[in-house]
Amino acid sequence: MTTVHIDAHRLHYTPLNQKIRAAIVNGATEIIIDNVLGQRFIGDGVRGDGVTITVNGVPGGDLGMFMSGPTIIVNGNADHAPGNTMDKGKVIIYGSAGDAVAHSMRGGRVYVRDNIGYRGGIHMKQYMEKRPILVVGGAARAFLGEYMAGGLLIVLGLTGITPISERGVGSGIHGGEILVRGPVDELHLGVGAKQTLATEEQKAMIKPIIEDFAKQFGIDPVPLLASDYTRISPASARPFANKYTWE
Amino acid sequence: MCGIIGVIDRNRQLMDGGKIRESLAMMDERGSGEGAGYVAYGIYPDYKDYYALHVFFDNIRENKGALDTLLEKWGTIVHDEQIKTYEQPNIRKVHTPWRYFFRPDRSLMPKSTTPDEDIVTHLVMKVNAEKNGALIFSSGKNLGVFKAAGWPEDVANFYRIEDYKGYLWLAHNRYPTNTSGWWGGAHPFNLLNWSVVHNGEITSYGTNRRYIESFGYKCTMYTDTEVVAYLVDLLVRKHGLSEKLAVRALAPPFWEEIDLMPPKEQELNRAIRLTYGPALMNGPFAICVANEHSLVGFTDRIKLRPLVSGESGDRLYISSEEAAIRRIDPDVENISMPKAGEPVIGRVYS
Repeated sequence: MTTVHIDAHRLHYTPLNQKIRAAIVNGATEIIIDNVLGQRFIGDGVRGDGVTITVNGVPGGDLGMFMSGPTIIVNGNADHAPGNTMDKGKVIIYGSAGDAVAHSMRGGRVYVRDNIGYRGGIHMKQYMEKRPILVVGGAARAFLGEYMAGGLLIVLGLTGITPISERGVGSGIHGGEILVRGPVDELHLGVGAKQTLATEEQKAMIKPIIEDFAKQFGIDPVPLLASDYTRISPASARPFANKYTWE
Repeated sequence: MCGIIGVIDRNRQLMDGGKIRESLAMMDERGSGEGAGYVAYGIYPDYKDYYALHVFFDNIRENKGALDTLLEKWGTIVHDEQIKTYEQPNIRKVHTPWRYFFRPDRSLMPKSTTPDEDIVTHLVMKVNAEKNGALIFSSGKNLGVFKAAGWPEDVANFYRIEDYKGYLWLAHNRYPTNTSGWWGGAHPFNLLNWSVVHNGEITSYGTNRRYIESFGYKCTMYTDTEVVAYLVDLLVRKHGLSEKLAVRALAPPFWEEIDLMPPKEQELNRAIRLTYGPALMNGPFAICVANEHSLVGFTDRIKLRPLVSGESGDRLYISSEEAAIRRIDPDVENISMPKAGEPVIGRVYS
């Protein structure tokens, strides 16, 4: 395993990303970036299965956008839209993240240990074997899964805050599913979303994902697996059929 | 997209502008180099009882005499001077910034009960509407706005912002979207002691503008944010609302949310929405408003723009990005995201 260290102190994101890409081309499998502060677009569009990029600090927005393959570990909070349109790989955040986490994501996984902002998983999609997953350890703000077209969101409520306490969950959802540990107030559901109690089969489907998340952050998975989950899914495949079109 | 940063030291300890400059400059990507600005409170202690008028003159020789005459008709200019600027390769100095320390003179208007603030407001509106080569872009006491068309670091260097020390700062990096960038269109927007920085766009601008102009304010800056400064002046200074209720009027809860409130809350929120319907601001926004006592941050009701707050001792920070706060104060604590439409407020202790 080849390790490359990069000091990002006062380094703009362009040279930083050039260093990351050069390291991958030169065969690095572990890239550790220290003193990250506010650099956006870190790891955008990079490819390479088996490459781990560790970000020490607080990165700027759009971390791992279009990324295909590598794992990014953030030791700090992330800003808006980590995992934006990500294709493959993992983003693991030891902290919280801003708005639009996993925006338009098309594959891979994003794990956030704590809380996320508004519009988590907005416009997430899926196709064939590509099925993106966002797991949030804590709580999500309003409009979670807005316009969601595919993929899976899981919210665990482990930070002492009600996992869903704001409006518009699944507004315009027409594909994919959202699983929330515990009950969700019907008032918080958006237009086009419906909720049911997750069946044993559905819980079995998320079991390996929750186990992986728990292992990643050193959490006991047993109580998480024993809980009831609310499943939020599309009420129909075309929630706005009558709003924007006519036959 | 724009970048904003605000900080208040509740114990009125002064901070120089150096770190604010660095913080704003690290959000350069949020702007387009067409406008940046800073406001600092507590910078003119020697003239703290006078209105500090910051003016952009197109041409000193042609435009200054008329303003001097107007101000002297209404009051006393105790001191005036050119604001020191330092040539920057990326800033074209199309205006000359000037400062006046001015006070309305009661002996010139016997028996008038008009408050000084209204006289100053009238003068600001009159001068800015006439567009005779003078624009008053800052008119509060013991505070000053410093802005221009350029990148954050260039505008800071143009004014040597690190030479100013204030207990409350706002700064803004502009990305104009609907109108072109110019010096007067850079933020902060100021009237009296109110200063406003804003990321987003106010799509209800037409309604808000008609409403605020019916009270005598005049919108002259070719951009939406100035209505916010005038709205807070109307709601808080003239109508006596608290900052919290003013935010409730500008970004009120939805009717269906009001329906679920306890009866007394319902009554209050209905009254605010009905009274201040035309002050309601629609569209995406994250805003910081300051006066000499407080810093208030809030977003639109469905949170279409980012806003993060953090604390460190006596200081409250509000910004578009957590990293921008950490650039000033790496040890900042209690990082949090205010709920949509709900204000985060920092107030000086005394």
